Amino acid sequence: MHLGVEEPVRECQYNQICTHNSSPMDTPHTKKKKIKRKWQVFPGRNKFYCNGRIMMAKQTGVFYLTMVLILVTSGLFFAFDCPFLASNLTPAIPAIGGVLFVFVMGMLLRASFSDPGVLPRATPEEAADIERQIDITNGPSGPGYRPPPRTREVVINGQTVKLKYCFTCKIFRPPRASHCSLCDNCVERFDHHCPWVGNCVGRRNYRFFYLFILSLSLLTIFIFAFVITHVILRSNRTGFLSALKDSPISICLDGCTVLEVVVCFFSIWSIVGLSGFHTYLISSNQTTNEDIKGSWSSKRGKGNYNPYSYGNFITNCCAALCGPLPPSLIDRRGFVQPDTPQPAAQTNGTGACPSNQVQSHMCAQDQCIQSTKFVLQAATNPLLHSQPIILGGGAPLQAKTSLGGPCSTLGPSQPSLPSSIPGLSCGGELMALRDSEIHCHHHLHHQHFISPEETPSPPAALPCATHLGHHVHPAQLFDPASQDSLHEDSVRGLVKLSSV
Amino acid sequence: MALKILQDLRQAAVTSKVFVQRDYTSGTICKFQTKFPAELESRMDKQQFEETIQTLNNLYAEAEKLGGRSYLEGCLACLTAYTIFLCMETHYEKVLKKIAKYIQEQNEKIYAPLGLLLTDPIERGLRVVEITIFEDRSIGSR
Repeated sequence: MHLGVEEPVRECQYNQICTHNSSPMDTPHTKKKKIKRKWQVFPGRNKFYCNGRIMMAKQTGVFYLTMVLILVTSGLFFAFDCPFLASNLTPAIPAIGGVLFVFVMGMLLRASFSDPGVLPRATPEEAADIERQIDITNGPSGPGYRPPPRTREVVINGQTVKLKYCFTCKIFRPPRASHCSLCDNCVERFDHHCPWVGNCVGRRNYRFFYLFILSLSLLTIFIFAFVITHVILRSNRTGFLSALKDSPISICLDGCTVLEVVVCFFSIWSIVGLSGFHTYLISSNQTTNEDIKGSWSSKRGKGNYNPYSYGNFITNCCAALCGPLPPSLIDRRGFVQPDTPQPAAQTNGTGACPSNQVQSHMCAQDQCIQSTKFVLQAATNPLLHSQPIILGGGAPLQAKTSLGGPCSTLGPSQPSLPSSIPGLSCGGELMALRDSEIHCHHHLHHQHFISPEETPSPPAALPCATHLGHHVHPAQLFDPASQDSLHEDSVRGLVKLSSV
Repeated sequence: MALKILQDLRQAAVTSKVFVQRDYTSGTICKFQTKFPAELESRMDKQQFEETIQTLNNLYAEAEKLGGRSYLEGCLACLTAYTIFLCMETHYEKVLKKIAKYIQEQNEKIYAPLGLLLTDPIERGLRVVEITIFEDRSIGSR
């Protein structure tokens, strides 16, 4: 009783003190809304540096490995082999080597740091307009009826091409575009996601990627050839065995030589092979994605041909390498307009609502509602990997969380694969780039010829395969990796709630 | 002048938006559908709309054209390790500026007096041509 009497008094005092302290704090520090640049609110999973000038994928560990390999091997070559070769053969050798090296680094950095051709996500009004049009074409649906997957067919140069709807970006993807599950963006003329370059390879940086691998193959062959030449010349002069018994410097030289030879030998097979493969792709105007899927192969049907090819190999090459370079569509360094609602992952889900100033406040309220839904869904339905099709206004969120699940399991597992064969693992990266839709079945198919090293993939691919068949019944599979994405979404939801 | 009218309207007007989607029948080049949207039927002339879209399509085709000029630019850029673009604009960027000017002109002369506003497709990632329809509410509120 004694305490009971005192405490309320103390509490009151504490409260009074609190309010006295807090109110003077608030008024001078009026919340000044900082104008952000668009890269800071970018919805994809990219990393930006230098205030939005540089754009890379989320996981860049392998890119640093690439840099280290190239720098170390080239550095050893210039430091240990070039002096000998320059004095005994010709100084043109280090000069050419230098030019090649600079070109390789330039192309690598350009391929890694530039925007691959990311398509910005639809604004809420656009998304609502598309949903309305889809509803019109599909007709009214009763309860429990699941509308077919959203596709549009278009005839290009006599070939029927299916345009798929991207549930994350809320757009119908242009032909040849694909959604990268690692970067969570739709990329134009998507080729593949390359961990060695630390970025997606798409329309805007394909030529840099190709020139990088081409020049790197030349550089590796160059270094390999001249290191061997160096060893041969040196051993001719001093005798092979006696060279080994010399001073520590020569032992060190031999060690470096061995390292260079080993790196170059393994790189040559993979990189030269990859360059050859991409030369074939360029000459037939296909992307790695299309080639792997066999989209234009004659095995699919008699009349199946590539509608994008210009007919002859020279025009195809020129178009790919010397064609006009389109500018970036995402305007990373532009400023965010204060009253435009961010497309991100939310939809208003209210159909064709008229937009005005009030709309932006409504959007904030909608954000609140959607965020709460996110959190509730994540909390109550951890096991539901439901079909990607929408049941109504609220369901797009469910689609997002569930789709993040099965296919993103492939994503995170891929970059951590320690593959000694960069070429194959680069192609193997394709496994990770699946669009979060019904094409999951390709995983199992491609398992067989990509590489046996993709061991983390099979368990993850299985839910996808079952996922494919079960349009009506949600595939009730417990997948720990998808739990993570649900957790992520619930965290995002909570963050949004706190910010509204 | 016309834009000022539009800005005044924006204060008290309800807006709705029409989206003109991309036309992929010629491949991946940037081209918009010339089909006249139903929502604009009461507002403007079909011919005028088609002419605007067709001009835009022609400008985008010019930007993406493969020809001697673009090859020359590409080769030159490759030889200078793409550093040349630090000093000069790409052909595509130059055409985009032309397009921005054209759209501004069209808005001032034709669309604003009709209570419409064209948004430059580049601001929508070259996915759609967004036409905002302003409905004047101010008459009722006075």
